[in-house]
Amino acid sequence: MGAISAFKLRMERRRCQVRAIRKSKDLVEVANRTQDIQQNDVLAFVTIRNEMVRLPYFLEYYRALGVSHFLVVDNGSTDGGCAFLADENDVSVWKTEASYKRSRFGTDWLNWLKFRYGNKHWTLTLDPDEFFVYPFCDTRPLQSLCDWLDQSGVRSLGTILLDMYPRGAVSGAQYQAGQNPFDIAPWFDAGNYMVSKNPKYGNLWIQGGPRARVYFHDEPESAPSLNKIPLVKWDRRYAFVRSAHMLLPRGLNMVYDEAGGEKTSGCLLHAKFLDTLIDKANEEQTRRQHFAGGREYDAYREKGNGPNGLWCEWSERYVDWRQLELLGLMSKGNWA
Amino acid sequence: MSVGFIMLAHAALHRAAQVASAVSEAGCPMIVHVDARVGAPYDPFAKRIAGLPGVEVSQRVVCEWGTWSLVDASRTAAEKLLARHPDLTHIYLISGACLPIKPIPKLVEFLGNHPDTDFIESVTIEDVPWTKGGLSEERFSLTFPFAWRRHRRLFDIWVETQRLVRRKRRIPQGLTPHMGSQWWCLTRATLQKIIEDPRRGQLDRYFKRVWIPDESYFQTLVRLYGSKVESRSLTLSKFDFQGKPHVFYDDHLVLLRQSSAFFARKIWPGANRLYRVFLESRRVPPQVALTTPAHIERTFAQATTRRTKGRPGMVMASRFPSLEHETVPTAAPYSVFHGFSDIFAEFPKWVRRHTGSRAHGHLFCKDRVEFFGGQTGYAGALSDGAALRDYDPDQFLRNLIWNTRGEHQSFLNSPRDTQKIGSFLARDSNATIAIISGAWVLPLLRSKQPIDVIRKEAARLQKREADFIELLGERRARARTRMWTLAEFLERPLDPLQETVDSLSGVDSNMLVDMPEAKPLIGLADFLQSLRNSGMNPYLAGEIGEISEDLSTQSRTTGFG
Repeated sequence: MGAISAFKLRMERRRCQVRAIRKSKDLVEVANRTQDIQQNDVLAFVTIRNEMVRLPYFLEYYRALGVSHFLVVDNGSTDGGCAFLADENDVSVWKTEASYKRSRFGTDWLNWLKFRYGNKHWTLTLDPDEFFVYPFCDTRPLQSLCDWLDQSGVRSLGTILLDMYPRGAVSGAQYQAGQNPFDIAPWFDAGNYMVSKNPKYGNLWIQGGPRARVYFHDEPESAPSLNKIPLVKWDRRYAFVRSAHMLLPRGLNMVYDEAGGEKTSGCLLHAKFLDTLIDKANEEQTRRQHFAGGREYDAYREKGNGPNGLWCEWSERYVDWRQLELLGLMSKGNWA
Repeated sequence: MSVGFIMLAHAALHRAAQVASAVSEAGCPMIVHVDARVGAPYDPFAKRIAGLPGVEVSQRVVCEWGTWSLVDASRTAAEKLLARHPDLTHIYLISGACLPIKPIPKLVEFLGNHPDTDFIESVTIEDVPWTKGGLSEERFSLTFPFAWRRHRRLFDIWVETQRLVRRKRRIPQGLTPHMGSQWWCLTRATLQKIIEDPRRGQLDRYFKRVWIPDESYFQTLVRLYGSKVESRSLTLSKFDFQGKPHVFYDDHLVLLRQSSAFFARKIWPGANRLYRVFLESRRVPPQVALTTPAHIERTFAQATTRRTKGRPGMVMASRFPSLEHETVPTAAPYSVFHGFSDIFAEFPKWVRRHTGSRAHGHLFCKDRVEFFGGQTGYAGALSDGAALRDYDPDQFLRNLIWNTRGEHQSFLNSPRDTQKIGSFLARDSNATIAIISGAWVLPLLRSKQPIDVIRKEAARLQKREADFIELLGERRARARTRMWTLAEFLERPLDPLQETVDSLSGVDSNMLVDMPEAKPLIGLADFLQSLRNSGMNPYLAGEIGEISEDLSTQSRTTGFG
């Protein structure tokens, strides 16, 4: 990388930070318990909108994993989710009615919160329908992973966003608050992912899975990105460029090995394809606040309700992280 | 007849205190050294330690990783222990992250049986595989005044400068440099001699400038003074490929139980179950033979292999080999049959019957992926959609081979298929490609279209096939290729088929008796001539002479196989 492109990336990172600071004016504090944050706490940063039904299990899952504090931006929920979170004693909430799209899909808001509260902490950047799975997650808490990454001098951990779906129509997977979504949507695509490298930011670009197979098979280039870097040892100088797909400085995107080896990585199980998606898709149809004008949601509206839904006879049923490791969707790396 | 302990602690002091109280309970004396850089957590620790019989804290000094201060701290503590407790036969050096994985009385008993043995890993430089920072002999022949952790740049510059001037320090006379794990258990006699060494001042000066003296000072001197050195550590510790210690967690319980060692390092401070089981449980574990089970070694060796070599033929969020580092792009051997389907009907079925290979149709057919049995999807939820496949054909094939590992795959190819996979096939040493060149004329022959149309199409196909063959012939191509012209093939079809089947099944299989069902070849020679007459030379098909129009009557040449 030449000096000029390095300089350009540095300027871009600065722009991201300035945006984050500017967009912080959107946020209105609802409950701020950040003074409870201890030195080595792992923090989760989330944006929500009308996600009430998902919140109880989301909090339960990450508390069990070892997240100590949740920092949430509520983008105009009308379902009581904001009030629910404000009552939890390990959650801090900010709300905003501003445009999701113009905060670059929540990135600016979360960049700000991380800038303000995340410095020197291991941070998880998540959507409320994403569930982080990493090697040994059934026996080792998140803190042990973070300690090990610290000891190894690693600052970020890569994942693939693994779309999980039910067998049959999405509307048939009726989700109840508090329920493990993967009890009703345990299926995933094991081996149809495409990987390439983004030359500008150095991150991997992963596409494929059930959405590419069913919704985007005719225009695979538009299929959603599945590469995510949710776990980062945050520093004030860092910024996400777009959602949790890539960061600056670009060294943080080097979560993969190019010499043939495997670095330690995880999966983000994506509990998107439940009956809750139908309402979401209907709402997004009119709101158009999502990436590419919510075109993804258009596709779901048309086809998400077919007899088999996303399921096909080659779908794999989720068991545990070891299964994902064997399938080559994540790796223990040299964490033994 | 007893053992005393020295503990060097710098973090997770509550765990260190737990171990100290276990040692104290077993009636063994201990001196604890806490790094002077530890701030607030020290006072509660000191308070907790103060009440333990036999446990003392020593004068705190700053202990930096890999420096002389560690040797100094442990030697001072050893001196003190030996003076205070004249009945000690051994001294065991542990760290605050060590955990006794056998009851301490067992260790006392074991050492009682080996009263004169020094347990210390001590090997010569030549036998050491770990060369952290690319240094091995130079650890002893250069000086290292700059801290590797804090001033990496200065460290490197200084090393380079010394290399430039060919600096070579004199090793004190009589010393043969040895290295090993810093966690040792030495006898009183040996330690006393080391401490009272008449050249101590000179040796100190030398070792202060050696790199990582805590891994070499005692390890070298024990060779001078030890009467019976057993070169192994009684502390189980494993290092990764970068020289960082592996950490033990709750799920390592079974593994630790099987180890012959008495202590293990390093334990994650949050491993509640390990600390509970090994420190609080009064149940005596079953007697285990004193050999390190192979599977402990294997667990950590596998981690290194995974991190450095990875699983070939798999690409994921944390593995994406660059082109020059990718030794082999797919996970398993597979076969490609180019041109065969133009001669034979149902060729995949025949391959399946004779070799057991999962024989697909034209995977790279223009309209859709022809998976085995005409299925609309395949292993790993691969889709039969052409657009999805053509978006990244390399990854499509890589995925197919990865998803079906354990079962041999083969597929048909033809210049009519999309050609984007060619260079991938060529550079893949897992690919075995059998080519009948010029076979594409046969469908044209059967098409009965006007010669003008045919001529154009023939030229196009020939060009594509020639390009493919050229890729396979490049110097860097690694696929195994076997090629026949259509003429050669038709002359003796059984030989190439036999060869193909043999190469797939790996052994000389039975002589083929049944041929795949051939499609009609009537009028081939005339057809080729008329192509030539129209100005297009189908040279890839070869010179077709008189051929029998029924392939199954062709005889086998003798002596094949």
